[in-house]
Amino acid sequence: MNSSFLLLMIAFLAVLGLTVRPMGAWMAPMAEGRFANGAFARFDQRLLRLMGVDANTGMGWKQYTLALIVFNALGALLLYALQRLQGGLPFNPQHFGAVSADSSFDTAVSFVTNTNWQGYSGESTMSYLTQMMGLAVQNFLSAATGIAIAFALIRGFSRRESTDVGNFWADVMRITLYLLLPMAFVMALVLVNQGVLQNLSSYVSYTGFAGHAQTLAMGPVASQEAIKMIGTNGGGFFNANSAHPFENPTALTNFLQMLAIFIIPAGLCHVFGRLVKDTRQGWAILAIMTLIFVACAIGVAAFEQQGNPLFGKLGIDQLASALQAGGNMEGKEVRFGISASSLFAAVTTAASCGAVNAMHDSFTALGGMIPMWLIQLGEVIFGGVGSGLYGMLVLAILAVFVAGLMVGRTPEYLGKKIEPYEMKMVALAILVTPTLVLLGTSVAVLTGAGQAGVANPGPHGFSEILYAFSSAANNNGSAFAGLSANTPFYNGMLAAAMWFGRFAMIVPVMALAGSLAKKKILPVSNGTMPTHDALFVVLVIGTVLLVGALTYIPALALGPIVEHLSLWAGH
Amino acid sequence: MNTLAQTQNASKTPARATILRPALSVLATLTLITGLAYPLATTVVAQLTMPNQANGSLVVDENGKVVGSALIGQQFDKPGEFWGRLSATGNKPYDGVNSGGSNLGPSNPALIKAVSARIDALKKADPGNTRPIPVDLVTASGSGLDPDISRAAAYYQIPRVARVHGIGEAQLKALVDRTASRPLFGYFGEAKVNVLALNRALTKLH
Repeated sequence: MNSSFLLLMIAFLAVLGLTVRPMGAWMAPMAEGRFANGAFARFDQRLLRLMGVDANTGMGWKQYTLALIVFNALGALLLYALQRLQGGLPFNPQHFGAVSADSSFDTAVSFVTNTNWQGYSGESTMSYLTQMMGLAVQNFLSAATGIAIAFALIRGFSRRESTDVGNFWADVMRITLYLLLPMAFVMALVLVNQGVLQNLSSYVSYTGFAGHAQTLAMGPVASQEAIKMIGTNGGGFFNANSAHPFENPTALTNFLQMLAIFIIPAGLCHVFGRLVKDTRQGWAILAIMTLIFVACAIGVAAFEQQGNPLFGKLGIDQLASALQAGGNMEGKEVRFGISASSLFAAVTTAASCGAVNAMHDSFTALGGMIPMWLIQLGEVIFGGVGSGLYGMLVLAILAVFVAGLMVGRTPEYLGKKIEPYEMKMVALAILVTPTLVLLGTSVAVLTGAGQAGVANPGPHGFSEILYAFSSAANNNGSAFAGLSANTPFYNGMLAAAMWFGRFAMIVPVMALAGSLAKKKILPVSNGTMPTHDALFVVLVIGTVLLVGALTYIPALALGPIVEHLSLWAGH
Repeated sequence: MNTLAQTQNASKTPARATILRPALSVLATLTLITGLAYPLATTVVAQLTMPNQANGSLVVDENGKVVGSALIGQQFDKPGEFWGRLSATGNKPYDGVNSGGSNLGPSNPALIKAVSARIDALKKADPGNTRPIPVDLVTASGSGLDPDISRAAAYYQIPRVARVHGIGEAQLKALVDRTASRPLFGYFGEAKVNVLALNRALTKLH
């Protein structure tokens, strides 16, 4: 690690910090479900009525959840159909045929669940229509779904004795049209300005300067790239994702992409604080996320800058200087070097984005373990848009419960009593993804079809499988991409992990929202534990790390830790 | 905010009407807006205002022929050229329709083999050069299309290129420094040299 990394991270967090209040102010009216009277509110009402939605009719948590699942299932069907039928549809200058059934299924589930795991290679598989009207649409809608659930859970805290957690249709429409779409449009144009493609042309062929023939993939990249980051989706237009110069051409686009990943998750913390009428509550959650993030990002940068011990014997210069980034450059781009690659890796795995600007499979053993662990923490360190906040609030409730046990008081969070029903839902929500990750990994390791996908020998091969299931079940989408996962076995297994990792967690979270909304808000008393101070921050950090550590350290010991020890022992 | 009674009333209407109708109309509307209107509007604005970037930042020679893209690396392997990163794309290096990295793990013997082969090639082209080799010159990029190398990697190749062309090393170093781009505000991004631009500038020296 070096000073350029620290400066980059500080600049990044400073700019992010400046966005929190404005983003909170932008999103809060949507979360409250009401806009000030005026032309805009009338437009909003009329638009929703056109959809057959009465925005003033609230939903109970069950109805909200059902609407959400039906909406997402229909979206998955549409995306599946588009891939299967793309051969006969327009905007297909390369004449790509139908995507295979198992790959289409995996990809449909992947994009609807905000995972964006990609078994295919974009530039040799997907027509422009599939990219625009299939994949990018789900980039918007899966993000809107996640934010909607966060809104519902926040309403659970802010409302008293109500069965109404909001109207799903109004939430999805408003989030998509008033938040995501304008952000994406502006960002797309900035990206084009820096060199990201935006065209519908067929691929360009020429004889290069040195006489080698070269063909370049084209496409409407910027419009998709923008929402890919803003919605923490992460599915690349091209196979190389944000490492591809046409997706992420400059240091500036890289900075903007990282910012776009965190901007909504950070802003949502402020929305939470505003709606519970105590903004300190939101800042406390943001502090928890930031502290864990900073520690992990520094770790990645330190290990990547350290480089590969096997290279030293070959007469290779891995030292950072004014003339080179040095460090472990395998799988990294020169324009990002170690600093911007490491920070991006931490950002994309802390949030459940999954875009990559460097190949995580080629990271050093421990430099690659930290991103994997950030995913395994449950995507709560900023996390996916919406899903990060609701995941973190679930862990905060657990922390409050543990604290309550220690002092022998009925735990309460923001005046809501935490009772057995809430704790059951919390436990369910926390246990879903580890179960999927560890069971899925075990099955893959024990079967021939699972072992066949491994690209790297030894413990690193195990890491590839563990990373795949961690990424799928936690809806991240990045990969140790050497794993050949475009097989019926992995397409099926990972699709199941993604679907249940998303929706089997959403159901208990929505149940929690419904049950909290029904409760009274108790007044603050002498015995109330403050949930905005340093003690609370430390308590929640402890809870997050404890859950993450106890669940995954044994598995991590078999993969990256063994690899690190044997590498540095000289084997 | 609703009372309990209102919500119960709402849930008595048939599920088909309360769920399926809005589900289909919301999905259709948002698909058309975000899936067609948005990307096509972006395309129109981009093509009208920034056609060069939107179409791939293509580089054209004196005769108007396209010879590459300013953002995409190309294969350079002759002793008289500056070489770029290793590229692990598809079946041939710098394949613009098969982007991707090697995905070789740090402990994989295949990684050491690929790195050693590159070292051998560099040594063979310039046996007298005993300086340590900059790491980006012997490793594959993430995209396989990296257009840049570090300044260290360009400097390392100066003795070889100078000998082939009979140009002074100082003159080449000045050329590298001229072509190199500095980090934004001195800190953001890396000191890098675009290999295509460097090789084009090199031929203009003659």
